[in-house]
Amino acid sequence: MIPELGNFSLILALLLALTQGTLPIIGAARGNLSWIALARPVVQGQFVFLAIAFGCLAYSFVNNDFSVMNVARNSNSELPAQYRFAASWGSHEGSLLLWVFMLSGWSVAVSVFSRHLPDEMVARVLGVMGLISVGFILFMLVTSNPFDRLLPAAFEGSDLNPLLQDPGMVIHPPMLYMGYVGFSVAFAFAIAALISGQMDAAWARWSRPWTTVAWVFLTIGIMLGSWWAYYELGWGGWWFWDPVENASFLPWMVGTALVHSLAVTEKRGSFKSWTVLLAISAFSLSLLGTFLVRSGVLTSVHAFATDPSRGIFILGFLVIVIGSSLLLFAWRAPKVGLGGKFDLVSRESMLLANNLLLVVAAGSVLLGTLYPLIMDSLDLGKISVGPPYFEAVFVPLMTPAIFLMGLGPLARWKQASLPELVMRLRWAFCVSMATALLMPLVMGEWKPMVSFGLLLAFWVIATIFVSIRHRLQNSGQGSVFTRLARQSRSYYSMHLAHFGIAVFIIGVTLVNGYETEKDVRMEIGSTVEMGGYTFRFTGASPVTGPNYSAMRGDIEILRNGEKIRVMQPEKRTYNASGMAMTEPAIDTGFIRDLYVALGEPLENGAWVVRVYHKPFVDWIWFGCLLMAFGGMLAVSDRRYRLKINTKPIETATEEKDGGRAPSSTRLATGGKKG
Amino acid sequence: MRFLLPLAAFIVLVGFLAVGLGLKPREIPSPLVGKPAPVFQSPRLHEPDQILSSKDNLGKVWLLNVWASWCVSCREEHPLLVELSKSGIVPIYGLNYKDKPELALQWLGQYGDPYTVSVVDPEGRIGIDYGVYGVPETYVIDKNGVIRHKQIGPVTIESLEKKILPLIKELQG
Amino acid sequence: MTPDLLNTCVRKKITLMLILALMSPLSWAKEAAPVAEDPVIEKRMLALSEDLRCLVCQNESLAGSRADFANDLRREIREQLKEGKKDQEIIDFLVTRYGDFVLYNPPIKPTTYLLWIGPFAFLLIGAGILFFYLKMRRRQVEEPPLTEDQHRHAESLLKEDKGNNA
Repeated sequence: MIPELGNFSLILALLLALTQGTLPIIGAARGNLSWIALARPVVQGQFVFLAIAFGCLAYSFVNNDFSVMNVARNSNSELPAQYRFAASWGSHEGSLLLWVFMLSGWSVAVSVFSRHLPDEMVARVLGVMGLISVGFILFMLVTSNPFDRLLPAAFEGSDLNPLLQDPGMVIHPPMLYMGYVGFSVAFAFAIAALISGQMDAAWARWSRPWTTVAWVFLTIGIMLGSWWAYYELGWGGWWFWDPVENASFLPWMVGTALVHSLAVTEKRGSFKSWTVLLAISAFSLSLLGTFLVRSGVLTSVHAFATDPSRGIFILGFLVIVIGSSLLLFAWRAPKVGLGGKFDLVSRESMLLANNLLLVVAAGSVLLGTLYPLIMDSLDLGKISVGPPYFEAVFVPLMTPAIFLMGLGPLARWKQASLPELVMRLRWAFCVSMATALLMPLVMGEWKPMVSFGLLLAFWVIATIFVSIRHRLQNSGQGSVFTRLARQSRSYYSMHLAHFGIAVFIIGVTLVNGYETEKDVRMEIGSTVEMGGYTFRFTGASPVTGPNYSAMRGDIEILRNGEKIRVMQPEKRTYNASGMAMTEPAIDTGFIRDLYVALGEPLENGAWVVRVYHKPFVDWIWFGCLLMAFGGMLAVSDRRYRLKINTKPIETATEEKDGGRAPSSTRLATGGKKG
Repeated sequence: MRFLLPLAAFIVLVGFLAVGLGLKPREIPSPLVGKPAPVFQSPRLHEPDQILSSKDNLGKVWLLNVWASWCVSCREEHPLLVELSKSGIVPIYGLNYKDKPELALQWLGQYGDPYTVSVVDPEGRIGIDYGVYGVPETYVIDKNGVIRHKQIGPVTIESLEKKILPLIKELQG
Repeated sequence: MTPDLLNTCVRKKITLMLILALMSPLSWAKEAAPVAEDPVIEKRMLALSEDLRCLVCQNESLAGSRADFANDLRREIREQLKEGKKDQEIIDFLVTRYGDFVLYNPPIKPTTYLLWIGPFAFLLIGAGILFFYLKMRRRQVEEPPLTEDQHRHAESLLKEDKGNNA
């Protein structure tokens, strides 16, 4: 009964999505106010029905309804409740339902937080989102219905993949999907702007906070995924350049470019068509990721069970959505104005150059990800493209981008002076150079790659200091604190996000440079030394989990002969699937992680144990969190909370930049001020 | 014009993706096809004290079938192999891959033994030489000891009729 | 940590200290033996197998995979290293058997030129487009409020390449 209710809600949601995707758009074109007014209630109705559908699926999972095929295949009655709930999105079908549910959540958010926008605009935006929703709900109903029954019902479910039985499963996919789906808002705004022909600074201002929020979710989603892989896969890697990981990284890179390009479009009215293209691309890449994960064209650790009919459906959907939007782009973009003038040396140019680097990096990752497929389709043989390729390509492309990241915030809009920048930044450069040369010595061994990575990181940090100092000097009277408090949140948000990049680079550099690992046979009482710590194995004993049995090792950690803690890695065997899992124990620290994993049992209670010392590894994820906080801070900036003038502001909004009355202030119409 | 470029790039991409849907990314063609089959000398499964050398097969067309009692999809192709061996068209040699002899013998007793001779490869070393990465796999080897075809995964009626049998006929001819 | 556990920990610690006091430091600090017979070869093997693909796995390296197949190949690599073979010889050995597919680092050959040159071609093309776009843009953008004075200033900046700043 409950699954049928869910199925029925899904069908009703489809009908509402169809309405949402057609009437408001037509209404906006014809000036039919009642059709325009339909958009908001229909969106909210669709949300209600999708919530019911999702609730029904979750209910079936939590209550072990093994007469539902999806539940029978991906859950088990022994599975702890939180994982039974998370199993709702553990399968292809369920994750699609989560996808559309989130899409409707974003649509509701747009319908609620867009009171100050012109109704036609909102109608078009919601209409476009409705069309996307139609595609996905149809996809579910036609090829992958999560409510399909299994007759006769299974007596017991075949269990959720043990790799997914982890708190990471509860939060990582929702976060990631919030990011993917969030880019649909930027996409819808871009399409709405193309349809209406109104691409102005106001459009950029409206879609900017949405894009930033989506970017924040995606950042957190990817970070959680990486962290999860680190502690769950059992050998301490955190990024594998797997096709599915790349599929999440591509929209992130393009989304990052978009966030920056939107800033220019909003503030200076420039790069409009480029920004629109990025908005289309970011979401298109999210969709492409969906295709890659679910169609089986690429082999990946994370792929869903695949089925060619699904692949054909999504490909058709991709062609319709992306093809038509690119066609619309080709038709409308040539008519878009160019915006404000700027010099070759200016913040605009630097942002554009950074955009270029990000997009080229994204293009290269896409090329590497799809190249095996390309070669195979041309019958040129099969190859693999893995980490060595991506690292060789990605690092050289990102190096100039990081360098520009330090330069950009100090450059003026419109027209900057190279000599002045050099003057201001020479100390930053010297300091970062000196630190980069000396720091590796503190770590014990000088390595060129470490020094190089640190140079980039400290360059970013030093330029942030220079920027803030400069800003304060030009912020009028008052103590340092009042002057600090005078700066806008969006200013700090930028620096916080950039600082996050620096922290991330430090983490990556140091863990790659100084990580140590040992694979040892540990008898009871034997020890191994690593990174100034002594690991002593005191034996392993059987433990029983809710749905698994395990051997749990006891490993004492000693520093200077004093015990600081006991680590308990496990080797689990899950009851339902019989799958073995390595559950490492990690001692997380500010400057290092100790990571211990059980290998194979030996005679006399001895075990093969893998021990890692990973300096600064947590900075990788901490850096990502800082980036995400930066994004949140930007969205909380006052100007997004104010009621915004809906008239298009073509040459609007000069950021109070560097105070010293830049030559361009005369352009500012005073459209905004903090 | 330049605004059409993204669309053009997308169309190319879709072309590749569409072709990609029909491909089998998990099947990796063997570079050994067209090359001399690696020589092995290995104990027979039934008479462990006797060694079979692959050189003994020079001058005839033969099949080398990699199998194991733990391999589930071997059971799928097995009836076909039994039938093929009864027809006497081509001798089938078995490579018992990473298996325990007693289990292997029991398995053959249960499902029938299509092999002229089965040799054992307990540590998978011959398997590495032949580039075996999954079981079952079947190689067609010609009179000069050159590998002419590799079937990855179970032999099916379709693959037998369309590829393997015609090839054998041609090679024997 | 529950109070119960805490207690056991403290108790354990006390017993441990007692044991420690009774034992000589040498006997309790027995260093665990590395799994690998030869750590140098093991290190080389791991470095090598990191860039090789496990064929039967869903996109995992030979170093990372626990599959039986990966174990066999690691053993093979280890043995060949012990025989004194060079890394490249081992890679060639694997490629003749499994094809380029085993290499995570794709070889440079005509079919992969596009893969290796692609990113830098993208960059060059992109930079070219960017440069011409900016040039074109400067010509096309008309900015009404721009005074003659600023125009000259901008022009001079461009000409001199290194702008003399006001």
